[in-house]
Amino acid sequence: MTYLAKSPWIIHYDASSCNGCDIEILACLTPMYDVERFGIINTGNPKHADIFVVTGSINEANREVIQNIYNQMSDPKVVVAVGICACSGGVFRECYNVAGGIDKLIPVDVYVPGCAARPESIIDGIVTALGVLEEKRNKHVRSPMVTDHGHTHHHRHAEGGAQ
Amino acid sequence: MINIVWAIAFVLIAPVVGGLVAGIDRKITAHMQGRVGPSILQPFYDVGKLFEKEQTVVNETQTFYAICYIIFMIFTGALFFAGGDLLLVIFALTLAQIFLVLGAFAANSPYSYVGAERELLQIMAYEPMVILTAVGMFVATKSFNVSDIAATTTPVVLLIPGIFLGFLYVLTIKLRKSPFDISTSHHAHQEIVKGVTTEFSGPSLGLIEITHWYETVFLLGFVYLFFGFNPLIGVAAIIIVYLFEILIDNTNARVRWQLVVKSSWLIAVVVCVVNLAALYYLSGGVP
Repeated sequence: MTYLAKSPWIIHYDASSCNGCDIEILACLTPMYDVERFGIINTGNPKHADIFVVTGSINEANREVIQNIYNQMSDPKVVVAVGICACSGGVFRECYNVAGGIDKLIPVDVYVPGCAARPESIIDGIVTALGVLEEKRNKHVRSPMVTDHGHTHHHRHAEGGAQ
Repeated sequence: MINIVWAIAFVLIAPVVGGLVAGIDRKITAHMQGRVGPSILQPFYDVGKLFEKEQTVVNETQTFYAICYIIFMIFTGALFFAGGDLLLVIFALTLAQIFLVLGAFAANSPYSYVGAERELLQIMAYEPMVILTAVGMFVATKSFNVSDIAATTTPVVLLIPGIFLGFLYVLTIKLRKSPFDISTSHHAHQEIVKGVTTEFSGPSLGLIEITHWYETVFLLGFVYLFFGFNPLIGVAAIIIVYLFEILIDNTNARVRWQLVVKSSWLIAVVVCVVNLAALYYLSGGVP
């Protein structure tokens, strides 16, 4: 067992989420759930973070931000999509401005469904992510530098959604 | 006069003690907030993790500056614990801090810049008080050597109580505690991201953490100097002072940098002038 699993630092980004999942993520930090007892810290700095927690789905305003945050994180790193919107786009998946889940843009390792995802399932998702993090370190997996290939596909998807 | 055994002991033991102090700090902080809190060994896990991460740097010299930062901090503490000259210790401390600022300025990043500028302001804020503390120590014990000050039978803290309080004030800045954690913070303050450490990642961030442990032990050693006449009271004072810092940390929000600079200068001038003048007159006009 490496130190990675004992000290996962998180960066949380709200990508067009309704704030429901974000409130549940912040609830994890409160005395009720207190994730810091597992060494989990919300850093707010991609360069210090190991786990990228994203809520909400991808749209035109946030796709560059998500890419930028992901590319700035050092390896090994994992992505946790929290809430059904981050997993698949949820009820917004057919909106003209929504490209879908986070995995349309960056590789997602753990999906935490729910609307909003409960703090218990978020913690469960993070703990699952720790396993993936360890595995990535042991296999020396290097994360790809993400560029915006999905942009053209996105329009096709959006067209279908609007009809 | 220079005790090399103490210097070596500092280099080897200080990171262990400093890490444990940081762990206990987090545990007590958590309890103060009604949480369970992480393991006392959590800071060691964090640093171990940072050394397992990939090193991403914007500018290669950043790593060099981080290494210089830790080397000069170790030099500062080792010189202090070896019983060296207090003034030289303070100058070495400033130099170490300047390397951190240079490291932050080396990366072209707005948050890193803001952090570096604030770090400089912090140095500006605490430096007069730290130097005046050395002056106070000299007036009380007639020596700038740490070995003499630590071995003195004079109750230093009773002669310079004002300077002790002033030193406690700037100690909050040095330990990066709220309300004076303006350049970077251990808490989830995120308006300047992580300030001075924003652009450091992986192993170089780990070095900065270890440097902070060294610095903590050195600063607590400084607190001991005020109580050198009785080792028991000295150790008790260190514990009480640190618990007090944790309490201040948890009951205050971050303030603006203007207040940090103004208040610490004002306090430095007022307490030092009053304290040293009182000492001067009490000793019959002969310092």
